[in-house]
Amino acid sequence: MNVIEAHGLRKDFTVRVRKSLLRRERREVAAVDGVDLIVQRGELLGYLGPNGAGKSTTLKMLTGVLNPSGGAVSVCGLTPVPQRILLARRIGVVFGQRSQLWWDLPLRDSYELLRHIYRVPAAEHAVRLRRCRGLLELDPFLDTPVRQLSLGQRMRGELTAALLHGPEVLFLDEPTIGLDVVSKQAVRGFLAELGESGDTTIVLTTHDLADIERLCRRIVVIDHGRVVHDGGIDALHARYGSQRRVTVEFDAPPATLPALPGVYLAAATGPRLTFTLDGTASVGTLVSALSALGGLRDLSVTEPEIEEVIARLYRSEGRAPS
Amino acid sequence: MAEPSTAAIYRRLVAAQVRSQASYRVSFALDLFSNVVFLGADLLTVLVVFHRVPVLAGFSLTDALLVFALSSLGFSLADLAVGNIDKMQRHVRTGLLDAVLIRPLGVLWQLLVLDVGVRRLGRVVSGVAVLVVAVRLAGVPATPANLLLLVLTPVAGAVFFSAFFVATATVAFWWVDSGELSAALTYGGRDFTSYPMTVYGGWFRHLLAFGLGFGFVAYYPALILLDRTDPLGSPAWLGWCSPVLAAVAAALAALVWRTGVRHYRSTGS
Repeated sequence: MNVIEAHGLRKDFTVRVRKSLLRRERREVAAVDGVDLIVQRGELLGYLGPNGAGKSTTLKMLTGVLNPSGGAVSVCGLTPVPQRILLARRIGVVFGQRSQLWWDLPLRDSYELLRHIYRVPAAEHAVRLRRCRGLLELDPFLDTPVRQLSLGQRMRGELTAALLHGPEVLFLDEPTIGLDVVSKQAVRGFLAELGESGDTTIVLTTHDLADIERLCRRIVVIDHGRVVHDGGIDALHARYGSQRRVTVEFDAPPATLPALPGVYLAAATGPRLTFTLDGTASVGTLVSALSALGGLRDLSVTEPEIEEVIARLYRSEGRAPS
Repeated sequence: MAEPSTAAIYRRLVAAQVRSQASYRVSFALDLFSNVVFLGADLLTVLVVFHRVPVLAGFSLTDALLVFALSSLGFSLADLAVGNIDKMQRHVRTGLLDAVLIRPLGVLWQLLVLDVGVRRLGRVVSGVAVLVVAVRLAGVPATPANLLLLVLTPVAGAVFFSAFFVATATVAFWWVDSGELSAALTYGGRDFTSYPMTVYGGWFRHLLAFGLGFGFVAYYPALILLDRTDPLGSPAWLGWCSPVLAAVAAALAALVWRTGVRHYRSTGS
């Protein structure tokens, strides 16, 4: 079942550019420029893009905050803006920059208030809260006013707040931004578990590549308001020429080297050779060809960093006018 | 379990706000106190004016005090309930508006209760006290009609001022520096209603009294309470019209507000 369906989703903003003291020019800018997105129940989707690519704007359209300028969108079978209140009960949202908690009250009080706002039966609420308390280790600061919490504690509190009404979809805008390593791991571990249970669909935007590698089987990358990639991490590697490296050491420098498609010799210092492989080449083929030469002593394979891939992606797709 | 009513949810939210603000004890007490002082200062202004001129434009000090008290109580009630809406622009900027839009409750009501100015309660309490004193001094007879009018007028005044607050604050969706406009219109309106209308001149009086409706907040009801005919010649029943006017103002404000939110959702600013 498709939990999220967007076709040709767009959002235009009018910006006024100051030309001189008095003259201002109005210009239409497409923040989201025809996004197609289908997300099925239980998926854990990473929504990526450089700053200003349109990630948050998309999220705001999916959650009913902003009205799309064009295209069709449905979440949980509802049209977000006209059915905002119905939708609000069925989704959970964490905006990293904006708290859902009551700043001056103990964390526990916020949860009690949210229980009433979302009209959650007390028993159901208690079960969910108990689960979050355990998994996110909330107990040490459950009675502390939110303003005194550390950022990591607060984010764990926010996640809980977004889940207490049992949402079908959880939208997370930069959930790990600014967190220390321990808190990041706690949040990631929690999301991974939530994702594995398969009941909750999760859409998260992030700049943290470890989040992606740990959590997302599917990645949608947008830039300039358009989807430039939709698929798994492997597909991303294959498509954007992420290069694996194979480093080998022979007893003596070999006289001839195998010529394989997609394999390039990057460095050779005596008996030590480094090859780079593009997305089409196979490590196995290269290794068997090299071992056939005889005298192979050592071998190591370096997987490409997702970081590198994303950087490459932003650069190549980025600034070119379409 | 029975579904809690929406009103019950808002009551809880207001209670949470009271607890939040009371958690800063000293600041809370100071705020309560300073709001009483502010009302005292306003009151002093009226007293000083009438000390110099015992009868102003046909109204004695005690008559004028009643007008002042009615207007002041209406305004303080509105200020207590919706006064914080003038932070609209900040709510847009900090994203509070987005946070409110993703909850299953009405947007305006949430913004109002999430930010209700409990500390302005002091002003309401002293406003009631001033009204009681003014009624005594002016010798208003305690007829059922008068008592009804004494309750109805501040409430209608509160709705009327609230509508003004909301409508002018909504301009924040289009125009960033709307705080000034909002303050000029609402505080200006309050100051206008604090004195008998006869002290103001021609077109200005007509604009504020009828054009914007401020004449109905205190002046016309006060005439009935004082059992006086209007020196300006308007019929006496005008004093009973303030609830109607308040309802119209509230409807208009709701319209402006809805338009504002729709605009926000299409422009994101």
